[in-house]
Parts: sequence; structure tokens; C-alpha cells
Amino acid sequence: MSCLRRVAAETDPMLDRLHQHRRLQLLLGLLMGVLFGILLQKGGLTHYDVVLGQLLFRDWTVVKIMLSAIIVGAIGIFLLRSFGHVRLQPKPASLGGSAIGGIIFGAGLATLGYCPGTVTGAMGQGSYDALTGGFFGILVGAGLFAHFYPWLDKHILNKGRIQAQTFPELWGVSPWTLVLPMVLVMALLLWFIERFSG
Amino acid sequence: MHWLQMQSWSPYVVGAAMGVLSWFTFLLSDKYLSCSTTYARLSGMVERRLRGSVVEQKAFYRKTPLIVDWQFMFVIGIFIGAFLSAFLSDSLHLEMVPELWRQHFGDTPVLRFLVAFAGGVLMGIGSRWADGCTSGHAISGALQLAISSWIAVVFLFASGVIVAQLMY
Repeated sequence: MSCLRRVAAETDPMLDRLHQHRRLQLLLGLLMGVLFGILLQKGGLTHYDVVLGQLLFRDWTVVKIMLSAIIVGAIGIFLLRSFGHVRLQPKPASLGGSAIGGIIFGAGLATLGYCPGTVTGAMGQGSYDALTGGFFGILVGAGLFAHFYPWLDKHILNKGRIQAQTFPELWGVSPWTLVLPMVLVMALLLWFIERFSG
Repeated sequence: MHWLQMQSWSPYVVGAAMGVLSWFTFLLSDKYLSCSTTYARLSGMVERRLRGSVVEQKAFYRKTPLIVDWQFMFVIGIFIGAFLSAFLSDSLHLEMVPELWRQHFGDTPVLRFLVAFAGGVLMGIGSRWADGCTSGHAISGALQLAISSWIAVVFLFASGVIVAQLMY
């Protein structure tokens, strides 16, 4: 376990070269996006009814997908990190930003039924409301935010700033002491959902 | 390619595959799965078209330059991937109003488009406000045990549930 706990400071030089190859990265972005788009569509996440079904607790597809993604993702990412192959990129937390932003976003999710990722996927499968409503709406909203950003940044976004960026950092523990219980709880939750809601 | 012709896959297969995909975005591209910043960049690019390069001087676009980056290509890829997936499984069809919406609010496209637009505006604001969206926070941030992401996800989900219950 000692090698797993070690926090690697440096990454692989070969990977660094790959990360800096701009054109190759654009191609990789496109390819990974195609794969993600296929997964979103096959998973049903590009459907309004599935997303709303989750918010109304009638359809548990969204939670099933998210929890399995987090379980598999977290184990792999923290293993790769322990061997020094990846670096984490958490964003800074604040109540004024993360909490209020989350509330506004949630209201948008319930009324639109697509998120910024699935709205392009929904357009790809032919959902017309994703294009006329969602896509243009998100562009307008993002533009409005950019316009008022200086004021928001000064007065709201940094309120309730939390210095630590991750929970292991906040509580001063090794990531694995949180990853393993989290994975276990999520797996139990999935079992529970499968058992009682079908 | 038989499995690409299936209408849907098990949510556990889809979720696990997204988890594996996130390993590769971190490993090969030093990126995490996320989408919403691209809308801010695209919005700024459209505004630059209309108002000229003065737009680049806005504080937000100095922080988030108007360039086509990895994530921009990723979002274009999502469109292509979802199109391919729907096309190959014969589920590609033009849908004006979603089924659940139609049952409750009728099949007038105008009402649906107005509400969807308002929802899109909220989402555009909210995703920048929280500095992330469903993929960036709820998947990528949550799996990194990021505090910002867990706060955003809890409030996002609670707010989404309340608004959905009010609507239906």
C-alpha cells in the first residue's frame, strides 16, 4: 500500500509530450466526444423523459449511470494517480459559487431536461427542443453570465470560500480511506435501487 | 457492430464505460469529462462576430479565451456520437415535443420551446456560476472527491427535484 499512498509530484515525460501536442489533442477530444456521445445516447441520457423521470423518482437510469461511472472512474483515477500517471484537477469550492450555481443549474435542468453535455447529443438524435430551446438558451445564459461576471465575482462567487479543494485534503486523510468507503456505499445504493425500484 | 444497433445498453455498462473513458481523458489528455465551458467560449465567439474584438477584453473571456480547445472538440464529438448511435439503432427521428411533456402540457411546440429556452438560459448561467455542469461536477468532480463538485451536485439535484415536482 505504501506505493499507493505516495503522491506523485511528476508525471510521465512521454505523457507530457502527448498532452502538449495541440492538434493530436484536438483529435483526441473529438474521438472521446464521439464515444461519450454514443454512451449518452445508448444510456438514454439524451432523452428528456429519462432525465425528468429521475427528478420525479420514476426512473432511476440517471443515478445508475452516474454512480457506476463514479465507482469505476474513481478507482481507476486514484490508482493511476498513485502511480504518478495523472494529476487531479478539482475546482475551488465556495458556497456563493458552487451552492447558488447548483441551485440555478438544477432549476434549468428540470425545465430544459438536457444538460450542456446531453443537449448536443439530443440534437444529434433529432430532439428539436434541444436545438431551438436548449442550445441557444445555454449560449445566451453563458453570455449573460460573462457580462455580469466582474460584479458577481466581486460580490457573490467567492462568498463562503473553502480553502481545501478535495475531501482528503480537508480532513487530512489518504484518498483511499475515502475512496473505498465511497465506492462501497455507492455499490450498496445501486443494489438497493435495483432491489426496490427495478 | 451488432451492439451499436441496439436501442439502448444497460445503465451499468454505460456508466462503467464512462468511468473507463474518464481514465483515458485524464491519462491521454490531462482533461476530465466536461462540457459547459465550451458554451461560454462559443457564446463569446458569436458575440465577437457581432461586436468585434472588444468582446475579448471582457474579464471573463480574458480568463476563458475564445479558442477551440480539447473540450470544444469533445462537445462536437458528442453531437456526432449521439447521431451515429441513434442512426445505427434506427432511433433517429425528429421530435418536436418530448412524450412526458406532451402528456401534461399538450403538443404545442411554442410553449415547449419557450420553457426549454428559459431552462437553457438558467443552465447557461448556473453552469458558469457553479463552474461546472453535470459531467464536470457530477461525474468528473465527484470521482475526484472535489468539495466544490459535491456541494454543486447536492444543490443541483435538490433544486432539480423541487422544480420538477412543481411542474408535474
